[in-house]
Amino acid sequence: MKTRGNGLRVYTILYLAFLYAPIVLLPLFAFNDGTIISFPLRGFTTKWFSAMVEQDTLKTAVLNSLIVAAATGALSTTLAIFAARASTRFEFKGKGPIMAMIMMPLVLPEIVVAMAILVILLQMGIGLGLTTIVLGHTLVCTPFAIAILSGAFQSLDKSLEEAAYDLGEGKIATFRLVILPLVLPGIISALLISFTISMDEFILAAFLGGTEPTLPVYIYSQLRFPKAIPVIMAVATCLVAVSICLLIIAEYFRRRGVAKTGGKDSGGFL
Amino acid sequence: MTEKTMIELKDVQKYYGDYHALRGITANIRAGEFFSLLGPSGCGKTTLLRTIAGFEGITSGVVMIDGKSMEEVPPNKRPTNMVFQSYAIFPHLTVEQNVAFGLRKDPRSADEKAKAVDEALQMVGLKGYGKRAAHALSGGQRQRVALARALILKPKVLLLDEPLSALDKKMRENMQVELIKLQRQVGITFILVTHDQEEALVMSDRIAVMFEGEIAQLDDPETLYRLPKSRKVADFIGHMNFLPAKVLGEAKGEIDVEVQGLGRCHINAAQAPGDVTGGDASIGFRPETLTILYEGQTGSDRESSGTIEEVVYYGDMTYYDVKLDAVADLVRISMRNVPGRPVLERGAKTRVAWSASALVLFR
Repeated sequence: MKTRGNGLRVYTILYLAFLYAPIVLLPLFAFNDGTIISFPLRGFTTKWFSAMVEQDTLKTAVLNSLIVAAATGALSTTLAIFAARASTRFEFKGKGPIMAMIMMPLVLPEIVVAMAILVILLQMGIGLGLTTIVLGHTLVCTPFAIAILSGAFQSLDKSLEEAAYDLGEGKIATFRLVILPLVLPGIISALLISFTISMDEFILAAFLGGTEPTLPVYIYSQLRFPKAIPVIMAVATCLVAVSICLLIIAEYFRRRGVAKTGGKDSGGFL
Repeated sequence: MTEKTMIELKDVQKYYGDYHALRGITANIRAGEFFSLLGPSGCGKTTLLRTIAGFEGITSGVVMIDGKSMEEVPPNKRPTNMVFQSYAIFPHLTVEQNVAFGLRKDPRSADEKAKAVDEALQMVGLKGYGKRAAHALSGGQRQRVALARALILKPKVLLLDEPLSALDKKMRENMQVELIKLQRQVGITFILVTHDQEEALVMSDRIAVMFEGEIAQLDDPETLYRLPKSRKVADFIGHMNFLPAKVLGEAKGEIDVEVQGLGRCHINAAQAPGDVTGGDASIGFRPETLTILYEGQTGSDRESSGTIEEVVYYGDMTYYDVKLDAVADLVRISMRNVPGRPVLERGAKTRVAWSASALVLFR
């Protein structure tokens, strides 16, 4: 590859730079001692981080986001376990259309979903808040969780269940002793993915949140004030760090799952 | 062997929607016997096995195990255990945990259970493998774990669903012998599903040959091979030559037949084990019941002449496809390769000895 592929190499470097350079800039300006986001850098400071910690509205937003993301993760993963199990193991009437409708939010424009839910909620006189965000997020996250879990359930040999049943265990014990441990990596992946999607979702959170801002909504609202931008940079830096940690945890569990069941590693995130 | 019946099947019918998978299966499987369900894929043999295990419900009929009706009895309450085609070893557990899986509700102490696991592993030749991760085992080892896991529960019936099909030929042959020994040792009724006729012949006390959801014949291996009841069974088990024939008369337990190319002969009525179907009669005979005569040899019974059209050399055996005079189709003859009996050339003229006592009549 010494003579050929130089063009491709340049392209790859440019592509990666385009993807990651803005993200690298975040911590750079988060630690920069100046309110204006431009070069040259003015010197090192951690004051934006201390300012961040002191902002109560920010804390509320982070807390809101964590609550919403955790609830969404748990809710959509639970629903997805049922749906994935049903779609991979049982035959029933209307299975195709039902699954298609469940998966639809994957391709439906979020703005449409958000508007539709908003109109209905207002009509029904239901107050907006964290609960309504969780409902909206669950709708969007469940298809992702199903996609992940269907893979996990699909790769499960049906005779494993039958063997456990044959060896004297009941249906529930079979699920607990055999199915659950084998799909656990999938469940953890589904939890993490829906958590992450919910965490940074903006449109639904903005539409359905009422007066309760989530972190993305809060960040967007703060961008109007130039003075607040370094603090937002600090927040973003923390988010990047948390994301990387989550990704590493998810990959660790995925690999452990692969090793445990003796399957071939067919690629993952890392 | 006791003559006690372990499994009784009475007119078992099974429909999948419109598909008639089991068409009135009636059979008695004896306690302690090695029983095989043999047939081509799609003949219903696996469905029947799963019916006995309880994984498939039946549309009508009766399944009795050890004198008790199995209606509404789920698999985890039946005195049967199964060795699955894929072995179904739990990949997240160790060998030990796999084997001990069925003992969870066993009231014995942990020490006694551990001892039972060790014994089971020793029985299948996996002593010392207990701590290994199950997913790291080879195919043959998984097979053994599956056996130990089922046998440790001391079931009345062990069901084996094509357990050897995933193994290579050498391994398969070894496992066949081991399974026979194991079955004799534990004395449990084994029911084996297989599409491999040789495997069924080698291992079984009795074999049920199945076609299209029905048992075509249920007999011991020798009877099945020597006196098949239909051309279909004969063709499925080993090779059989068929010649058109005409029944001229039947009296005093003897049948008078005219066979194309071989001429007229009398056979015993027992040589026509099948039902009279009313179709065209034919005579069947196995390749090894004919003998090619070398120069100077004379047949002890009857003789025909012909030309060798094809020679297939197998090392210990040679197969000859011979065009007998006045016979339309080629006849396959197998000969052991022994000293003083050279392999013959294609195109050679030859004489063939045969005996009326080795013929089977289908009519």
